[in-house]
Amino acid sequence: MSTRRHLLIAGGTALVLAAAAAPGAFAQEPLKVNAAYSSVIEEPWDGVIHAALEAEAAAGRIVHTWQDGIGYDGGMELALREIAESESPAIIFGDSFGNEEAVRRVAADYPEIPFVFGSGGGPAEPNFSVFDNWIHEPAFIAGWIAGGMTESNIIGVVAGYPVPEVNRITNAFIAGAQAKNPEVEVKVTFINSWFDPATAKEAALAQIGAGADVLYAERAGVIEAAAEKGVLAIGNMSDQSSIAPGSVLTSVTWNMTPTVEYVIDQVLAGSYTSQDLKDFSMMAKGGAALAPINTELVPEDLAAEAMDAEAQIRSGLLRVSINEATPSGSEMVGE
Amino acid sequence: MIDGSFLGDLASATFRNATPLVYGTAGETVTERSGVLNLGIEGTMYVGAFTGFAVAWWVGDPLIGLLAAIVAGLLAGAVMGFLTVTLGANQHVSGLGLTIGLIGLSELGNRLLLSGSELQKIQPFPQWNPLAGLGDIGLVFQQYGLTYAAFLLVAPATWWLIGRTPFGLSLRAVGENPEAADAAGISVARTRYAALMIGGALMAVGGAFLTLAVLGAFTLDIIAGRGWVCLALVIFGRWGIWRGVLGALIFAFVYSLGLRLQIMPGFDGIPRELMLALPYLAVIAALALSGRNAPYPGAYLKPYRRS
Repeated sequence: MSTRRHLLIAGGTALVLAAAAAPGAFAQEPLKVNAAYSSVIEEPWDGVIHAALEAEAAAGRIVHTWQDGIGYDGGMELALREIAESESPAIIFGDSFGNEEAVRRVAADYPEIPFVFGSGGGPAEPNFSVFDNWIHEPAFIAGWIAGGMTESNIIGVVAGYPVPEVNRITNAFIAGAQAKNPEVEVKVTFINSWFDPATAKEAALAQIGAGADVLYAERAGVIEAAAEKGVLAIGNMSDQSSIAPGSVLTSVTWNMTPTVEYVIDQVLAGSYTSQDLKDFSMMAKGGAALAPINTELVPEDLAAEAMDAEAQIRSGLLRVSINEATPSGSEMVGE
Repeated sequence: MIDGSFLGDLASATFRNATPLVYGTAGETVTERSGVLNLGIEGTMYVGAFTGFAVAWWVGDPLIGLLAAIVAGLLAGAVMGFLTVTLGANQHVSGLGLTIGLIGLSELGNRLLLSGSELQKIQPFPQWNPLAGLGDIGLVFQQYGLTYAAFLLVAPATWWLIGRTPFGLSLRAVGENPEAADAAGISVARTRYAALMIGGALMAVGGAFLTLAVLGAFTLDIIAGRGWVCLALVIFGRWGIWRGVLGALIFAFVYSLGLRLQIMPGFDGIPRELMLALPYLAVIAALALSGRNAPYPGAYLKPYRRS
């Protein structure tokens, strides 16, 4: 009896001491984090950031307040000043595409608040960090799979605008396809819209009409065309196999959790500095990945090659080169 | 590269892509013939696309979704009627306000009902082909039921309604000279409300075609300016349905051709932006050529007040 009581008291004391000694581990006040998006969270790009922040909020590490659909005509600067003045956040996340100057202007006025934004530009001292979706590595592996799966040797890509982030995943996909299968021809259509799934589907149908039998769906609407015509597809941004389980081989995915976790850790530790967070959106740190390969469609040896490429990228042996030049409508080897 | 299957595929795509434009153009033609410009068309197509999908998703039947889209279109037309007929408000402002409001409502509904990590899907309307055995030519007839309905039902019915029925006569009278129509015992308000509601229903079906047939899903910005194209097609059609349908076919043909040429070897030298702009350039050119002395309805943009 008495020994047990002693043990209990000792254990309780130890717990209390541990809690007192490590405030970071126990009873940590969640950080107040704000997010501000030009576009809406239903848009896949902002949706990935939003999902990572919501997961942190669910884990109790942050209190998450967000607003979206702010637009591109001056609203972002007002929204950010309002947040910085009245909410005193520990961190502000968001996207600054189309609002680069306004976002950086506000960040410079509040140097004590970390601003962490999706951006095509670079970081700025002392507090402005940038990230972007650097998912060219899984795009390369997806291209490898597409190159192995095509029977017509014609592969299609339907993409939004020929901007750097889209060009680099498209080029990496083409490079992967042609590394696996030098015979392959890749047809690339830009629909000049981020959101026009009906046009994306039409573009995909045109590619299928021209002989394509594997399609990379950089934009929404493409998988629907593949399913309708009985050809294969590869999803983008998130695992899209549920749209057409019988057509989707795999998906090229982006995950913001490593970026968000790293920034929160830095702020908690008091060691935050502005930086380019690119590496946290790449495969080695888990920011980019290939969704599970559909083994009912992809033969075992091809899936094994893909897994091998993934292991090589993770271990740093294989480096996928970054090419941000605009691909042409019909890409053949040597062009 | 340009062979029978290319042409069959191109012709099939032309009719498919013209479909939402035919519904929108028919709806706007009926509306404008009553003297009301409905700039709410983009929003009405949007709310039709959303409501149609949301209800189809909820009950699991695209046909019920289509009926819901029609109801949403009737209501959107009635709201436009309240603003421009009952209140006599400026038609430009009312229409743009309606578009912004309906898109906002649809996006709110989408967030509340459908937003999440996975895209919500329905089993869309199937395609149908009575002439599948005809090879490349048969490709042309590989279409959704709503496409058949647009060309074989809605366009002739619109022509008949405007030109051959007592309602059509009232419609034209109200649109040309509401004072005279009123004096002849025709209710200007009731006729305009009816035109706006019929037109709204047609526009909404045009939008619902994209979610219920083409995609089986709703995503933001799904209409992507197709409503605005219809406004130009009405003028190109000189407020007649057959010329409007022709305009829709020209637009859809150039649009479908551009998507096919863009990926054809040898066409790399042509900037892709030009290919994508081609259908719009075609409409502008057609308007410039045929739009002179456009026979605008006499009471166009004018609210009617009995004096």
